[in-house]
Amino acid sequence: MATKILKSKRFGYAVVGLACAAACATAAFAGPNDNKLTIDGQEYVTELPAPEGSPFDTIYSGWRFRNEATQAMEMDDFDNPGFTNVESGEALWSKVDGEAGKSCASCHNDAAESMKGVRAQMPKWNEKAGKPVTLEQTINGCRENNLKAKPWKWESNEMLSMTAFIGSKSRGMPVKVQTDGPMKSWWEKGKKLYYTRVGQLDMSCAGCHEDNYGKMIRADHLSQGQINGFPTYRSKWQKLGSIHRRFKGCMKNIRAQPYEVGGEEFVALELYVASRGQGLSVESPSVRN
Amino acid sequence: MQRAFKASFAGLMTVTLLSVSALAGPIAPDKVKITDGELKTSLTGKPGSDVKGAEWFKNRKLGNCLACHVNSKMTDEQFHGEIGPPLDGVADRYSEAQLRAIVVNAKAALSDKTLMPGFYVSHYTDPLKKFAGKPILTAEQVEDVVAYLKTLKE
Repeated sequence: MATKILKSKRFGYAVVGLACAAACATAAFAGPNDNKLTIDGQEYVTELPAPEGSPFDTIYSGWRFRNEATQAMEMDDFDNPGFTNVESGEALWSKVDGEAGKSCASCHNDAAESMKGVRAQMPKWNEKAGKPVTLEQTINGCRENNLKAKPWKWESNEMLSMTAFIGSKSRGMPVKVQTDGPMKSWWEKGKKLYYTRVGQLDMSCAGCHEDNYGKMIRADHLSQGQINGFPTYRSKWQKLGSIHRRFKGCMKNIRAQPYEVGGEEFVALELYVASRGQGLSVESPSVRN
Repeated sequence: MQRAFKASFAGLMTVTLLSVSALAGPIAPDKVKITDGELKTSLTGKPGSDVKGAEWFKNRKLGNCLACHVNSKMTDEQFHGEIGPPLDGVADRYSEAQLRAIVVNAKAALSDKTLMPGFYVSHYTDPLKKFAGKPILTAEQVEDVVAYLKTLKE
């Protein structure tokens, strides 16, 4: 290679560039970057010592694995495409819907107060249902039982707008899901799924997001798969998407039959994955690629 | 009479084709036996094509090898993954029998802990329906990829 560089300066640059692309990739991209996430003057926790029982020493928000252009979009609400949905969600909050003639605001008043911290605790144990429920299921439960309105589809614009709006009221608060008591068996179920290899590629969540985070998988920088920023705006989707949509996409990538959106497997997995990010700041709606 | 002839001719053809495929067909994925990390005989009984192998190697729906490995000889392809070891000089480190075994079923050839998928394995947990019971690569494609890997010398 060295002799070729001497022979042709132009070719030499190309060779150096390519050698660097391969060799320097490790140096330049290994691990998360050191940038700090600040939104509206508030600093967000994107890194902290791992919670008890975590396989990591340190946990990182997925934000730390994105490039600076993507990071910058999340740092300014005007540039964050997810805020279109936050605004739609705010309008839906006080819009009367359903046979009871009520809106969310009829009971919950000011979301800035009543919805503060809600996202951070999801999925949450629901005594009446006898199982944990996600934010989407909580919203639809309220719509059906209290508003007497039709449930929204999981990935509909209305649902994404409402989860983004409610989620935004927990921004900067630490993820804090319950894992003990009645949640314990669900947490165990989620953990089992996390480590189970499935699909034609025979991979588990852990194979990439635990054993190989920080490395490049082709053009993608593998994160720890934290879910503190959902719903998240992905440039790949060109819109917001739910946690379960992301799970589904991962499963299809490894050519596995995805579990049902909103089904027990994904709820258990959501709980377990959320618990791996205890203490990270809620970033909903975050921006990723 | 003519119909009877046609029917018996078709029957004869079927028998002939079946016997030919039984003799010359590739080894089925569940019949492959890896011993001490090696698979000495070609899955097809023939050597593969390194030119075709290079195509399967980089094809994202087939080998997709660059997702996880660096290959400095494929500089026209951007973004080489870092999950597995670089494949530069892989033929200096492994024999053809070892390379074949690793491509066929890395978990049997190397370690159950490896993330590398088996490319000629037919049993998986919960595969997407369209991939159920099928290996990622055909026997011919495995041999082509092995032939290509044999060219990666330093």
